[in-house]
Formats: sequence, structure tokens, C-alpha cells
Amino acid sequence: MKSNSLLFLLALVSSTVSATSAEDNYKTYCWQCHGMQGNGAGVNVGDMSVQPRDHTSAKAMGGRSDADLFKVIKEGGLAIDKSVLMPPWGATLSDDEIHELVKYLRKLCQCG
Amino acid sequence: MKRYWLLIGLWIAAPALAADGKDILEQQCASCHALRGPAAQTVAELWQRKGPDLFYAGIKYKRDWLESWLIKPQRLRPAGYLYFQHIKPGDKQDVPDTQTLTPHPALAASDAKAASDALLELKPPALSALVTAGDFKGGDISLSSGEMVFDKFNGCLACHQIEHDFGGLSGPEVYTGAKRMQEDYLVSFIRNPQAWNPKIPMPNKHTAEPNIQKIVQYLVALARGAADEK
Ligand code: HEC
Ligand code: HEC
Ligand code: HEC
Repeated sequence: MKSNSLLFLLALVSSTVSATSAEDNYKTYCWQCHGMQGNGAGVNVGDMSVQPRDHTSAKAMGGRSDADLFKVIKEGGLAIDKSVLMPPWGATLSDDEIHELVKYLRKLCQCG
Repeated sequence: MKRYWLLIGLWIAAPALAADGKDILEQQCASCHALRGPAAQTVAELWQRKGPDLFYAGIKYKRDWLESWLIKPQRLRPAGYLYFQHIKPGDKQDVPDTQTLTPHPALAASDAKAASDALLELKPPALSALVTAGDFKGGDISLSSGEMVFDKFNGCLACHQIEHDFGGLSGPEVYTGAKRMQEDYLVSFIRNPQAWNPKIPMPNKHTAEPNIQKIVQYLVALARGAADEK
């Protein structure tokens, strides 16, 4: 019994340790278009026909509810009638990680 | 210690040429490339990678490309691997930090052949199961219709160059993709990139099946064009 609950505890600890922070996910997946500074000027933007949103702009980001932001990250731009160039990340990130990203975006834009 | 025994075991067990190839891989490639699975399961693991995984090379690459590229390697990812470790802020937008990009080690012709032989043997059954021979149905598409599907409908151009100096920089160039990779692998990878490599910066775009076929037709047409130019 005792060793079982210890195992359970260990599993719990290691799963919290391996969960990826919003900052690290943003760097890995979002920088390429939204930029190292989140300002929409990523390394890919040169030939993009629709420019990525500036995540640091309260004006550009303030109009969206958290639910909209969650939806566009999980399902992509088309899901909210925006550009196909904004990809869906639902196959890469867990719902929890996407919720954390929404909070992270709110910090970047200092809005909402 | 253990590794040496394994190497000695392999050396005794396998015919001379193949053993050479495996030695080359273990000694000159394993420091940067995973020769055994699984792929990185977390972002933290991905960040430790120094080169793309090679443990399913036998399912992925075409022999001609592999052998000649190992003799004369050329950059495939304009912003390096992993892209976010090789960029810096520029005047208008982030740019590749080319000073951090080093040339890929090259092999002599005989070593390239031996290494290719060994690489093409790497076919883990679990991943082989993701590819069905004949999954790519063939067929032609014009470059302009192909570009529509690749860019307008699916947004792949954002991260991939379709010619030198045109397209996104974070992913590998795709205009040589069909010379590099087997068509049936391309179909399977585009259908579900995360089944191959769960944490790579390429999203699953849920591309409709007929469009996957058109995209691979397009990559084949692009590779033909890229070959003509050379
Ligand atoms: C391939 C390039 C690309 C990548 C990678 C990318 N985006 Fe985007 N994103 C875009 C583009 C382009 C737009 C603007 C869409 C439009 O205006 O029609 C956008 C818009 C957005 C918006 C604003 C949607 C709205 O209209 O309110 C959010 C939020 C967003 N992206 C979050 C993210 C997050 C989080 C990531 C990383 C997990 C990410 N994006 C990765 C290209 C990208
Ligand atoms: C110092 C690290 C390093 C070493 C050592 C190294 N590689 Fe690489 N390799 C890389 C990187 C980084 C890339 C990505 C290059 C690019 O995209 O331009 C790469 C790309 C490749 C590719 C193409 C992968 C793809 O599908 O994009 C092959 C094949 C390859 N290497 C084989 C080898 C072999 C065989 C050896 C040993 C003889 C070797 N590499 C040694 C770092 C290394
Ligand atoms: C947000 C950026 C992004 C988008 C959008 C994107 N890719 Fe990729 N793609 C990548 C990256 C990054 C890699 C390299 C992964 C690696 O190095 O392991 C890649 C790899 C590939 C490869 C090579 C696979 C391999 O094993 O080397 C192909 C083929 C490909 N992508 C096709 C596509 C197609 C088709 C689309 C559109 C449906 C697309 N990509 C959309 C970023 C992207």
C-alpha cells in the first residue's frame, strides 16, 4: 500500500515537472510567425500574405474574449473566420497548455 | 562500456560493409542525431536535440539523395535546427543568425555509401505501420494549381520555401522535398506529423485527403523543376 501511494506521488511530481510552461511553448511554436518579442515580426513574415497579429498590442488583442483566443489557438484562424496562415495547435498542445497560453497572451498585451 | 560490447557484437554479427556503416553512424552521427526512438515526447526533450531524428531513415529517405547529400551536404533549413535557437531580432523582423549556423559534416564517397546502407535499414515497425505502399496515387498537377493548394488553401508556404528565397524560413525547404523523401512517407507525414514527431514546430493542419495527394504531386513537380534548373 505504502509503496503504491509513493509511486502515485512520484508520478504526480514528475508529471508537473514535465509539463511545458506557456513561455517555452510560445518560443517553440509561436515565435516563428509572431516573433521573439511577440510583436508579429517573426522570421517567417517576409512572404506571408496576411501578417501575424501583434500580441503586444492591447488594441489588436483587447477585443477578443479568452474563449475566442482559446479557440483560435486550438482550431486555427479559419475557426474564427481569420486567415488559414494562423495554424491549429490542437494536435500539438493539451487544452491545459492552451489555457496557459491564453493567460500568457494577456500578459503580453497587458489587456483583459 | 556496454556500448563497446554492443558494437563488437554488431561487428561480429553483420557483414563487413554494413558494420562499417553502423560504426560511422555511432561514431560520427549519434552525437547530433537520434539513431534510436522514440522521438522527443516533450518540448524539453526536443530542445536537447542537435539534429533531426534519423531512427526512421529507412522509411523516409530516397537512397540517391541520401548518398549524394552526405558527400556534399547543403542547408535544408534556412533558419537552422531548431529554428528558435538560431534567430535574432532584425530591423523589420527576426532574421536567421547565420553566424550560429555551421556547415554539416561531409563524408567521403565510400563512407557515404556505407552510412546510407546502414541508415536505410532503420525502419522501426511501429512507424512502418504508418506508411502504406502506394498511398501516394501519383498524377500530375500544374505548378500554379499546386501552389494554390500549398499556399492559399493550406498555409504551408508560411513556414516552407517553394523556391530559393521565397517562402517561410522556420521549416525545411520543400522544393527539393520529393528528391529527399519517399512519396508514401510524405503522404503519411502530412496527414499526421505528430504521429512521427509529436513536438516538432509543424502543426497538424488537418489537410483533406485529396489535398494531401495534390500537395505531394506538387512537391514532385517542384523537385522536377529544381532538378531542371541545376
Ligand atoms: C505560420 C504562422 C503562425 C504561427 C506559427 C502562429 N500564428 Fe498566430 N497568427 C498568424 C496569423 C497570420 C494571424 C493573423 C490572422 C488574421 O488576421 O487573419 C495570427 C493571429 C493570431 C491570433 C489573433 C487571432 C484574432 O484575430 O484575434 C492569436 C491569438 C494567435 N495568432 C496566437 C498564436 C499562438 C498562441 C501561436 C503559437 C501556439 C501562434 N499564433 C502561432 C500566424 C501564425
Ligand atoms: C554537429 C551535429 C551533427 C553531426 C555530427 C551530424 N549531423 Fe546530420 N544534421 C545536423 C543538423 C543540424 C541537420 C539539419 C541541417 C539542415 O536542415 O540544414 C542535419 C541534417 C541531416 C540529414 C537530413 C535530415 C533531414 O531530413 O532534414 C541527414 C540525412 C543527416 N544529417 C545525416 C547525418 C549523418 C549520416 C551524420 C554522420 C556521418 C551526421 N548527419 C552528422 C547535425 C549533425
Ligand atoms: C508553423 C510552421 C509550419 C507550417 C505551417 C507547415 N510546416 Fe511543414 N514543417 C515545419 C517544420 C519546423 C518542419 C521540420 C521538422 C523537423 O525538423 O523535424 C516541417 C517539416 C515538413 C516536411 C518534411 C518532413 C520531414 O520529416 O523532414 C514536409 C514534407 C512538410 N513540413 C510539409 C508541410 C505541408 C504540406 C504543410 C501544409 C499543410 C506544412 N508543412 C506546414 C513547419 C511548418
